[in-house]
Amino acid sequence: MARVVLSQADMTRALTRISHEILESNRGADDLVILGVPTRGVFLAQRIGAIIQRIEPDAPKALVGALDATMYRDDLSRNLTRTPRPTQIPAGGVDGKTVVLVDDVLYSGRTIRAALDALSDIGRPRIVRLAVLVDRGHRELPIRADFVGKNLPTSTDERINVRLAELDEVEEVSIETRSGEARSSADTRSADAAPSARPADASNTSDTAGGTR
Amino acid sequence: MRHLLSTRHLSRDAAIQILDIAEDMAEVSNREVKKLPTLRGKTVVNLFFEDSTRTRISFEAAAKRLSADVINFSAKGSSVSKGESLKDTAQTLAAMGADGVVIRHQSSGAPQLLAETGWIDAPIVNAGDGTHEHPTQALLDAFTMRRRLFGTTGGTSGTTGGTSGTNGGSRGRDLDGISVVIVGDILHSRVARSNLWLLETLGAHVTFVAPATLVPFGADTWPAAISYDLDQTLAEVKPDVVMMLRIQSERMNAAFFPNAREYAREWGLDDVRFQALAPDTIVMHPGPMNRGLEISAAAADSAQSTVLEQVTNGVSIRMAVLYLLLSGDREALL
Amino acid sequence: MTTTPARATYLISGATLPNGARADLLVQDARITAVGTNLDEGLGITTIDADGLVALPGLVDLHTHLREPGFEQSETVLTGSRAAAAGGFTSVFAMANTMPVSDTAGVVEQVQALGDAAGYATVRPIGAVTVGLAGERLSEIGAMAHSRAQVRVFSDDGKCVHDSLLMRRSLEYVRTFDGVVAQHAQDPRLTENAQMNEGALSSELGLKGWPAVAEESIIARDVLLAEHVGARLHVCHVSTAGSVEVIRWAKSRGITVTAEATPHHLLLTEDLIRSYDARYKVNPPLRRDEDVQALREGLADGTIDIIATDHAPHPKESKEAEWDAASFGMVGLESALSVAQTALIDTGLLSWADLARVLSQTPAEIGRLADHSHDFEVGAPANVTLVDPANSSTFDLGRLAGKSTNSPYLGRTLSGRVEYTFHHGYPTVRAAQVAPSDEIAAQAEAWKASN
Repeated sequence: MARVVLSQADMTRALTRISHEILESNRGADDLVILGVPTRGVFLAQRIGAIIQRIEPDAPKALVGALDATMYRDDLSRNLTRTPRPTQIPAGGVDGKTVVLVDDVLYSGRTIRAALDALSDIGRPRIVRLAVLVDRGHRELPIRADFVGKNLPTSTDERINVRLAELDEVEEVSIETRSGEARSSADTRSADAAPSARPADASNTSDTAGGTR
Repeated sequence: MRHLLSTRHLSRDAAIQILDIAEDMAEVSNREVKKLPTLRGKTVVNLFFEDSTRTRISFEAAAKRLSADVINFSAKGSSVSKGESLKDTAQTLAAMGADGVVIRHQSSGAPQLLAETGWIDAPIVNAGDGTHEHPTQALLDAFTMRRRLFGTTGGTSGTTGGTSGTNGGSRGRDLDGISVVIVGDILHSRVARSNLWLLETLGAHVTFVAPATLVPFGADTWPAAISYDLDQTLAEVKPDVVMMLRIQSERMNAAFFPNAREYAREWGLDDVRFQALAPDTIVMHPGPMNRGLEISAAAADSAQSTVLEQVTNGVSIRMAVLYLLLSGDREALL
Repeated sequence: MTTTPARATYLISGATLPNGARADLLVQDARITAVGTNLDEGLGITTIDADGLVALPGLVDLHTHLREPGFEQSETVLTGSRAAAAGGFTSVFAMANTMPVSDTAGVVEQVQALGDAAGYATVRPIGAVTVGLAGERLSEIGAMAHSRAQVRVFSDDGKCVHDSLLMRRSLEYVRTFDGVVAQHAQDPRLTENAQMNEGALSSELGLKGWPAVAEESIIARDVLLAEHVGARLHVCHVSTAGSVEVIRWAKSRGITVTAEATPHHLLLTEDLIRSYDARYKVNPPLRRDEDVQALREGLADGTIDIIATDHAPHPKESKEAEWDAASFGMVGLESALSVAQTALIDTGLLSWADLARVLSQTPAEIGRLADHSHDFEVGAPANVTLVDPANSSTFDLGRLAGKSTNSPYLGRTLSGRVEYTFHHGYPTVRAAQVAPSDEIAAQAEAWKASN
């Protein structure tokens, strides 16, 4: 059974707070670029971008983009072929900018590692920060988030489902205990470990814990 | 997808997936760092039994941009020309640890044989077999058409929004309702066959124009209109795309048509025919061109011509194909 | 298995004859010595329970490639006639495209002698029509006809006698010896580098087309030539509906033409070539379903006279190759009867009596095979095949008894199985097992001594 840990209102509050924190740490919106990591990170990045533009009307129009890290993953040969998602960098590029990477769930850290590699092939930002909606722990790499919606201690056999209105009808974050065989289509939309091969779904996991395999 | 052997059995979704991934690959090719680490540690063998420098270097560039190691195995000057069988060659490559084989062969069906016999357990990419198929050429042609018609950028599933091209972008699109006229030696053309099947899958209408001797027997049952009259076809179809095929000089010696002059007059895209085309008609040629025979210099060098774009796009398509075939867990596909 | 004593006597008990009657057959001294019901078993008689088995006159194949001399890596006279026995054949006509070509008395006598020594089946050599199958000069047809091999069938099979004048001359010439020219009907220019039946499928697969007209036009010419010179013509491996039509027309005019169809052209179609599996590469090529149906109907109405295997063994490496580079041909002796039952009996087109006619009686007549009988009368030579028609099984490598394994039927379910083959009164196949070659050679020696 899934247990809701963030409601829609909770999520909106968290994103608003993160937006303020980003502006605070960057001392405004100058030279700011928000890049979402597909799939759900992109929608979260768009929301953060919208909030920032509301707070700072002078913020650059081309603020938000997408950074796909599929081609940089370290687990490609362990899973069915993944379909990459488009990368879109705002006009003006990333050189010398403050880039905030946005993802829904931070888990092993491997996706962010891949995203950092992808980013370095595109340009050389001045600073790279990381914003996540949920940090569930269990890092496998020395990576931490600068802006966190909610820290959520979990065990590895639990899964975090992030559902967004853009894709999933409902809007909430829930936690459920995985039973071995219950891998429904809803599961593949969740952000957590991929212990075995799974379909190359367009809305695949945003983070993978290789260590649970 | 385990292998890419033909476009005949490629589904619409699979084709569009390849075209969309090629869009991502095209963006990589525009960057300063034109390389992805994706296939690091993998070995791609270019097994070419037939000379084709263009296709070989296109696959080579694609593999290298994905960080794969490339071994070029040319049949010329190797044991293959001394009678080594395809089976022995395949088993040798398997023993060397090839992770993927790109094969060009003069015999139709040779790639399918490699894929199905168990001589080698690696993804096989058909880079042209006999007069059968040349699937990556058809895919790059479709990709080129799609980009010309719908623009280069654009969002699927609303990922970013607001940055789409003027026509909404190419991603996710098929070629529904587009009319394509393919002119020339259909009989011996694997490019024509692969294009026909793929274009049909993507919803385009294909017309073949050729001298009757160069129309394949039984092609009347194919999903293409057949015409022997280029002027009439161009006037009636008003095509979105005109694709000219290369005429091999040996065809003239085999009595398929009287001589080059008559061919150029009846079936060549000369200046007069080119001028009569609508200004946004796309002019394509898989190369290498016989200027003055099947296509005039003016047509080949015009803004409507996509000849060089096709070369560029070939690398993106082949990157997409190599990515799809080589990156995943093959055991999981079984 | 113990060695059967030479000159043993066998009682085939309760076999079903082609006409449907049930009978016991007593086999003694290479002859059928009694036919009846409830024949006594007697002392020293080996009884074979043939209940449920159909007895056919020993099958005769007018078109076999035994490959010896010259291509012994594919087949020898011994291994090929062993394959024949496994398939229920007691006589085979060996095609002339050996190396050297069977175009002289010496070669045909050698082939015949090898067959006699092996003892699995009667081997009758076919002589080449032209020297070296080159299609330029007539070979020593007379010498072959008058040799110990007494050749009556002449063929350049594998190649077409395409020169009209040469074809006319050969028809006229063999008439002198009551011979027949067996033509491989294939216009060479229309089939240059051809790979499969010409049609939408060949165009799709990118394999060079082999038009039906390349066969039909040669048959049409040849029947007219045969009529003109009043000679006997036999058409090898008819493969198209159009060819059946031409032959039907020729027969209606009274032209003395006979024709054969192969088992594979009666069962398999070109669609199999989608796999590019060279086991399906054969000359003439597999055709469309319409052609298969026309051939079956042709056999049923007598337009096509016989089934002949065109057994064409090839070594593995000749078939494990890209389609263009692979050899043409399929082995067919071991599977012929099962294919015929599957395609013709199971479909209700032919009766067992019809099958006996097209696989034994008529091919023997066309080839002027001496001492052949199909009526199971007392005194007839004891060449008998017992088949279990109820056996339906997957055709596998264990069914092949020749040297090569290029069978298109491996893995396919076929009806019927040869249980016993008697050649000259001794069993070459017992309980579906081919008898060992030394035993058969000894039996052949004994038979020869008694004649």
